[in-house]
Amino acid sequence: MKNRTLALLLTGAMLAGALAGCGGGAAESKAPAESQAPAESAAPAESSAPAATGSVFKLGGTGPLTGGAAIYGNAAKAGAEIAVEEINAMGGDIQFELKYEDDTHDAEKAVNAYNTLKGWGMQIFLGSVTSTPCVATSQEANADKTFLLTPSASSTDVLGGVANPLTGTVDVPRKDTAFQMCFMDPNQGSASAQYIFDQKLGTKVGVIYKNDDVYSTGIYNSFAAKAEELGLEVVSTTTFTEDTQTDFSVQISDAKDNGADLLFLPMYYQPASLILSQCKSAGYAPKFFGVDGMDGILTLDGFDVTLAEGVMLLTPFNSDATDDATKSFVEKYKAKMGEVPNQFAADNYDCVYAIYNALKAAGATADMSNEELCNALIGQFTTMTFDGLTGEGMTWTADGAVSKSPKGMVIENGAYVGMD
Amino acid sequence: MSFLNHLINGMGLGSVYAIIALGYTMVYGIAKMLNFAHGDIIMVGAYVCFFATSTYGLPPLVGVLLAMLVCTVLGVVIERLAYKPLRQAPSLAVLITAIGMSYFLQNAAQLLWTPNPKIFPQFFATTNPDGTQQTAIPLFDGALNLKYTTIVNVAACVIIMLALTWFTGKTKMGKAMRACSENKAAAQLMGIDVNATISLTFAIGSALAAIAGVLYLSSYQTLVPTTGSMPGIKAFTAAVFGGIGSIPGAFLGGILLGVIEILAGAYISTQLANAIVFAVLIVTLLVRPAGLLGKPVAEKV
Repeated sequence: MKNRTLALLLTGAMLAGALAGCGGGAAESKAPAESQAPAESAAPAESSAPAATGSVFKLGGTGPLTGGAAIYGNAAKAGAEIAVEEINAMGGDIQFELKYEDDTHDAEKAVNAYNTLKGWGMQIFLGSVTSTPCVATSQEANADKTFLLTPSASSTDVLGGVANPLTGTVDVPRKDTAFQMCFMDPNQGSASAQYIFDQKLGTKVGVIYKNDDVYSTGIYNSFAAKAEELGLEVVSTTTFTEDTQTDFSVQISDAKDNGADLLFLPMYYQPASLILSQCKSAGYAPKFFGVDGMDGILTLDGFDVTLAEGVMLLTPFNSDATDDATKSFVEKYKAKMGEVPNQFAADNYDCVYAIYNALKAAGATADMSNEELCNALIGQFTTMTFDGLTGEGMTWTADGAVSKSPKGMVIENGAYVGMD
Repeated sequence: MSFLNHLINGMGLGSVYAIIALGYTMVYGIAKMLNFAHGDIIMVGAYVCFFATSTYGLPPLVGVLLAMLVCTVLGVVIERLAYKPLRQAPSLAVLITAIGMSYFLQNAAQLLWTPNPKIFPQFFATTNPDGTQQTAIPLFDGALNLKYTTIVNVAACVIIMLALTWFTGKTKMGKAMRACSENKAAAQLMGIDVNATISLTFAIGSALAAIAGVLYLSSYQTLVPTTGSMPGIKAFTAAVFGGIGSIPGAFLGGILLGVIEILAGAYISTQLANAIVFAVLIVTLLVRPAGLLGKPVAEKV
């Protein structure tokens, strides 16, 4: 009796976890149970699948579908689902089957999720949504010679082969199969420093960053290096970690006491929202400058948007843009998720289309092995130009980084406005 | 002046730890078990209060009472379903069950309320004549900022501590609790209903968790399903630091932990703040294994 109660509870807990992991995506539930065959034999066996007029490519990805970073994972997943639905509806030669696994923003779980996808027969990998897990999964994908295009894991360690701007050494060798849709962290950091310097937004800069997160430290390192090069005065640098991201009074008073008139916040919007409200309580009103992780702050449930008034950030995607592609995407996303898409959704939407274009141009078929597909895609990616929601005329180099220009945005009356 | 500012901030943070630690220490002192789900009951209380006030527009006080009610029921139900059947089991089994319960609550919250963060309403704010909200009292021309939440937290903490001390020391129920804590079998022989007493402990502990949840979220407003886990662990540390089982110890431990954390960050390094906090804890436990106020058995509840 005692054991049974306990067993029931544990089963309940596991069930809750599993349900939370599913998130009710339409594309995901399509994954057939019998598809455990390796990638090479998967395509012929599936020629009887109903939607498939051409060959069906298996796209996989991992992201935090539950946990503190779940907003990114679910947004990216939905973005990819919309793109896959559109492509499949066109009924061309290239069809996709999409499967997302939950990694809860944890490197170890991400590798497990990657192995699940591998067992499912994944041919092309959309990487992991957030940086820490993607550093781990990109290692695996590279070893397996599987092509990887991550929407939003911006750390240099995802690609590898990039020198640390502070020490000048390459800590992680280049992973040849890994590519990014988002800006790489150093580009964000140095672009932010350049932007602040060029626009004369501040003379004394304070920085608060999260030092147990590769995303935040990556941006900080390149920001600090660039700021020094430009002669931008950084008067206060303080840090926090996952465990201490509630109270920022020390960091704020350090910046305030050192007279910082601009506060650079290379972090995700959750801690940033706390910093904004605590700065206000402390009677400190500098200019705030964020990075792409700041995106999402306006849609926080119950957030006082007046706190974010005047916050500046560099982001590639503006959901208020008036071009047809953006409008149609925003509409579909709203219908699906009931909210305005953030850049993570747009980045992943672009990822699927970039892969689609590259497969089409290369004349790839689903019976090719992962390695053949990977070589074909790398060949296309390093030569093609791609127009998407997050930028026009994007190109990639063999080092995996994307070239597109960040847009400076400022929050005015609770909405993003272009700064130039 | 900046030292004073840091000290006040530290007390504000510490008082939150202290309120949570009071619930931990209360349950440990009487049921002799570490209720790791305590932090997650805080989260549930905060969600209830959030929905009551933001979605249904109820006044804050009603929200708090509703949160206390829901948490009390939840605490008693958890105790009855998960912990009571294990009363005779080894303490390790109970500990693992408590951790399982903690994950269960987190995942259930994620399923019910989605993982998207919610911003808790600002209860302790005054509106200036120009329409802006004020959340702190500026002293000495703004050199010192005394947040309303700090005042409320410290006051609530002292009141709860005194009330709990009085309750366990003077009332009949409190005496029954202390008797259970000393020796369950002997207490039963004396005609005390041990199960009812432990249920009552959980009810009080969970109601305290609801108050702690509301106060914690008023200070640090981001609410996600994992909100309770980190303060829960910090509060547990505070309870051990002050001497687990001791009510004034939890208060002292919480305040000291907050002050040390802030001062270490301010004067040594923000990178090392947590390392210093835990180094102090280790040294304290080496010198006083029972915690700061944990030594005299008579002080245990």
